[in-house]
Amino acid sequence: MGKRTPLYDTHLAAGAKLVDFGGWDMPLHYGSQIEEHHQVRRDAGMFDVSHMTIVDLRGERVQDFLRYLVANNIDKLKLPGGALYTCMLNAEGGVIDDLIVYFVEPRWYRLVVNAATRDKDLAWITQQAKPYAVEVRERAELAMIAIQGPQARDKTQRALGDIVRAATALQKPFTFVVVGDLFIARTGYTGEDGYEIMLPATQSAAIWQKLAAAGVAPAGLGARDTLRLEAGMNLYGNDMDETTSPLESGLAWTVAFEPAERNFIGRAALEAQRQRGSLGQFVGLVLLDKGVLRNHEALLQNGEKIGEITSGGFSPTLGRAIALARLYGSASGACQVEIRGKLLDVKVVKPPFARNGKVCVALTE
Amino acid sequence: MSTIPVDLNYTKSHEWVRREADGTVTVGITDHAQDLLGDMVFVELPETGRALKAGQECAVVESVKAASDVYSPLAGEVVAVNEVLSDSPELVNKAPYGEGWLMRIKPAAAADIDDLLDAAAYQAQIESETE
Repeated sequence: MGKRTPLYDTHLAAGAKLVDFGGWDMPLHYGSQIEEHHQVRRDAGMFDVSHMTIVDLRGERVQDFLRYLVANNIDKLKLPGGALYTCMLNAEGGVIDDLIVYFVEPRWYRLVVNAATRDKDLAWITQQAKPYAVEVRERAELAMIAIQGPQARDKTQRALGDIVRAATALQKPFTFVVVGDLFIARTGYTGEDGYEIMLPATQSAAIWQKLAAAGVAPAGLGARDTLRLEAGMNLYGNDMDETTSPLESGLAWTVAFEPAERNFIGRAALEAQRQRGSLGQFVGLVLLDKGVLRNHEALLQNGEKIGEITSGGFSPTLGRAIALARLYGSASGACQVEIRGKLLDVKVVKPPFARNGKVCVALTE
Repeated sequence: MSTIPVDLNYTKSHEWVRREADGTVTVGITDHAQDLLGDMVFVELPETGRALKAGQECAVVESVKAASDVYSPLAGEVVAVNEVLSDSPELVNKAPYGEGWLMRIKPAAAADIDDLLDAAAYQAQIESETE
């Protein structure tokens, strides 16, 4: 038996098909993964993401610590209430995890890291925090609900009213407010607008039910994966891991090399990698034929392997298979993927594939 | 709980077989199989006229989750395939025993059907798998 989130019984009652994810029994879908996907792109859906690990960092030197710990620069967050996506690297420039940093107070930051990497992340953060005397505290007593879709914010306001009134002030993505017990962020992992709400586990079922009553449909991890893939968002463990750097994973935009004097873990390795040059491209693929692209399939050009799919799947919005792929070099012209002995044509594109309800890539040759 | 119609025969690999009046059989995948696979997004069917051996891979059903081979329940010749699935693979989910059928086979020996599982035996097998 896996670990259960505080919403486990709610999922069972809703007919969820459960699946093991990083040691947790999580809803894969509640009937149809594809319908849940469309619901989020077109209206509003909600995900139980309570399995994710919430970590509070407190201390006089927490900002110095984070400037060293993560590859993006927390000084981009000028004021409390801002959030930042970043990778946490090892000394070799490999990605230990990707995470969001929330600036709560000058001496209090919150991290949300992946569930599957919880143990190694906590061990690493705790070890690195020691010289900075920063307190590392996991907030396992908190649940987390992601409400996503073009109607997500409206429906959340309607469902929760006063509870989330302060969230109406969130003008931009990657901002958040703390309202009593609730931590409401305008973030997500779907390519749609919406909120991620961290809240006491004891309140989570009641809030979930209120959201459901307002027409926010439950969606499972299956839809979450196809939504993030369409949005061109990386999945840790698939698209990057400790053996790959952000520079080879389409995440160069999350690495802040400026200011040059900021020494973060992995910096020297990334600089050396940049100087060596010839980094492979990280690209999107759209299958032009019928079929589905899968993780680890080889990308071929003129019969030679030029790269590998890191995340592949079916895009409900495009009605075609799509993938993220790491190339050894670059690609131009026609490429193929071999599926069950047949060479099928794919088009190399720049992700995202779909965001904010719209297709973002041209499908015709 | 998945549906297992009593008038059909089954294989251990989760195909169903229905005897038709003209001596052919219709083949599909069971409700249990489609439920395990999840939303279907692609179905690859054999060409009509193809000769199949019993247990031979003859189709692929691909869901959001995985691609899965379909095995011919008996020896025979493919006489028709469900072309509609090319554009509407979700019919395999919605009506696995109806509009979601995969192919029609003319059996080499009609008696081979008697070697397949009946509904009770198939039910018992699913139960043993999920234990």
